[in-house]
Amino acid sequence: MSGKAVKEQSMVKQKELIQDHYHELSRAPETGRKVIYTFVPGNLTELFRAFDLLPVYPEINALQSAMRQKSTLFINEAERAGHAEDVCTYVKTDIGMLRRGNVGPSGEKLPPPDLLVLSYTGCFTFMKWFELLRQEYDCPVVMLHTPYQGDGKITPSMVRYMVEQMRTEVIPALEKVSGIKYDEDRLKEAMALSESAETDLVAVLESAKHRPSPIDGYFGGVYYIGPIFNAFRGTPEAAEYYRMLRGEVEERMAQGLGPVTPDGLLANEKFRLVVEGPPNWTSFREFWKMFHEEGAVVVASTYTKVGGLYDTGFRHDKEHPLESLAHYCMGCYTNNNLPQRIDLLERYARDYSADGLLVNSVKSCNSFSAGQLLMLREFEKRTGLPGGFIETDLVDARYFSAANVKNRIESYLQMITQKRAPSARAEA
Amino acid sequence: MSLQTLVERAEALYHDIDLRFVAQWKQEHDGKAVGHLPIYVPRELIDAAGMLPVALHGAGDQVEIIRGDAYFQSYICQIPRSVIELALSGRLAALDGFLFPSTCDVIRNLSGMWKVLFPDRYVRYLDVPQNFSVEVGGKFWTEELREIAADLERLGGRKITDSALAESIAKFNDNRRALGELFELRRGEPWRAPAREAYLIIRAGDVMPVEEHTAFVRAYVQAAREADRVKRDHTRVAVTGAFCEQPPLELIETLERAGCYVVWDDFTLGARFIEGDIEVQGDPLDAIARAFLSRSAPNACVFQPQGPRGGWLVETVRRTAAEGVVFAAPSFCDPALLEQPMLEAALDKEGVPHTAFKYAENLGQFQVIREQAGTFSDSLRLWSEA
Repeated sequence: MSGKAVKEQSMVKQKELIQDHYHELSRAPETGRKVIYTFVPGNLTELFRAFDLLPVYPEINALQSAMRQKSTLFINEAERAGHAEDVCTYVKTDIGMLRRGNVGPSGEKLPPPDLLVLSYTGCFTFMKWFELLRQEYDCPVVMLHTPYQGDGKITPSMVRYMVEQMRTEVIPALEKVSGIKYDEDRLKEAMALSESAETDLVAVLESAKHRPSPIDGYFGGVYYIGPIFNAFRGTPEAAEYYRMLRGEVEERMAQGLGPVTPDGLLANEKFRLVVEGPPNWTSFREFWKMFHEEGAVVVASTYTKVGGLYDTGFRHDKEHPLESLAHYCMGCYTNNNLPQRIDLLERYARDYSADGLLVNSVKSCNSFSAGQLLMLREFEKRTGLPGGFIETDLVDARYFSAANVKNRIESYLQMITQKRAPSARAEA
Repeated sequence: MSLQTLVERAEALYHDIDLRFVAQWKQEHDGKAVGHLPIYVPRELIDAAGMLPVALHGAGDQVEIIRGDAYFQSYICQIPRSVIELALSGRLAALDGFLFPSTCDVIRNLSGMWKVLFPDRYVRYLDVPQNFSVEVGGKFWTEELREIAADLERLGGRKITDSALAESIAKFNDNRRALGELFELRRGEPWRAPAREAYLIIRAGDVMPVEEHTAFVRAYVQAAREADRVKRDHTRVAVTGAFCEQPPLELIETLERAGCYVVWDDFTLGARFIEGDIEVQGDPLDAIARAFLSRSAPNACVFQPQGPRGGWLVETVRRTAAEGVVFAAPSFCDPALLEQPMLEAALDKEGVPHTAFKYAENLGQFQVIREQAGTFSDSLRLWSEA
């Protein structure tokens, strides 16, 4: 490490954006702004903005609760109320948080939803989650069913189905709750801003192709995706944030600097990894440290694609706004089938000159986890690169065994080192 | 056929994890067979293409999982590892194609795994609509069905004509009626159709051609009605949560031994997923699509646009005069376990007693469940206010 991390301008900007949003949410009962709850994958943020609605993302609240060490308390609360140990801990954290006063990440109380927008993309649990919340809040729910890319493609019928749902169900529900008539021009304006932010985000993520990588595409990546996966896609503020971030990253790249970590700049890149699966949030910094203190940089990750897979070319298209939203939803990472996911990992390994693939398999998320062992095996077969496998959870601290995870990461990195020196192995 | 012969035949099919029956059918009919995972697949289409639909429910406790465990983490349910074990050990060789319905993320991802592991087989994921408008979800589902039908025509080498499909619909309608007769017997006189037997008779439909299974079920109902069986002082229970991965046979038997008459359950729900008849007039694909939209059995995998969940369970309890509900869900089953708190709340509101346990299809110890179910049964029979 080389010294303490310096907060860059984009970090300050992001913090302000998020704080302002939570503050605006907490004031919603006074200001009369209407609030919708929805999910990150397949979110319709530009559309919500066109109705002046304030979105809340329960997954983000759950992970923020974990980073503030509150999720265990909330999970216990939900389990006491009859929720099974086996199921998604995001759901239980959210329900526990609600039952304990619904105080959000900023320390301010979150308003109840006026409408639940069930963007049912790439995760079965989403449906049950909002059925549970509907009963907790006694409020309406509107479903947007995103067909899965079972055959690895998006068909015209799938697009029509999604657009029709938006026209006949989602937009009327948003009009009703907001009292504002649908204005496609407003949506188009937002989508143009989305496109600009998406292009800049891709440039940031792809900067990791450079050696040394100026970013960490997983631990750092989750910060970079923050605004675009949250409430800000399609806003001038988000477009400005990504312009700023891109500038900073390109500057670091020009200077040959490594990623910024919580413990300072990573100056000595030794390993370049692709990571599949979400991070653990309860011990996020400790988890990251296990990588950066070994000189391991994650150059590409799939988790940073759950709210949109932009680096394969998708951009929101203001000329076909609803169709484009449909393509966006269906393109999110976990809505891709297993062969597509394996292809993407293989591509990342090649394009980012990676040393291997590490899977962080989280107990809570079958959408990600079911099939990961086969993905790993296929990856190794196709690339000849070594794969590693660790198990943690999203927000349940009981499933993060630090010593075990550290041990596995170290062993995995040793394996990469050994693979790099075949002559040494032959001599042994 | 005598009652004993019928049950023995069903039991033999239950234990036929190598699908010898399917292989024989294929040989005799020079046909193909298509397997599918739970819950719902429009089996009518497979039948109309001249192929044998085969429901895959895993192998229960009949195989040791060796290869399957290498594909799944410990926190994923048992059925996918069991089905993979069957496939990798060659036991599903008789199947020419596989359909994976949108039951949960695990079965969804299993469809992709199958594409990777078995590239020479026909594999398709079935995304049933979660929008129930005829013009929106209905249109999408009809188009999906049309594509699946085209695939099956190619696989089976036979055109699915409207009249063939209407005929298949009629056969499956009759099958659901026969299953309804069996459920009616269990509701009215549960001692005549013990849960284990009834379960085996229904499971025989996993592999039997539909018309043969219909006759088989009716033969059992008649034989069971005529059999001289003792009515015991058991508690009437409804069992829910077991619609995908199936409980071991011994678990079902254990419930009854513990003093519970199972008067309703959702085991193998796929066989009776559509409630009532599908229309045989008009466009048969439209009819199948409409039936899904408006008459799917209430279950955890289909979105309910309005109202609290669980009304259907309360209604089922009333209709079947069940005295309590047993929640029996497979470990790590997202749909069943996420649904359960909502169902429990609905029962609590109506004062319906319930108990809950989890299982895996290869569970080997039943003593704890026997004690729990026995206590539940006793508490209802001996100490309830009623």
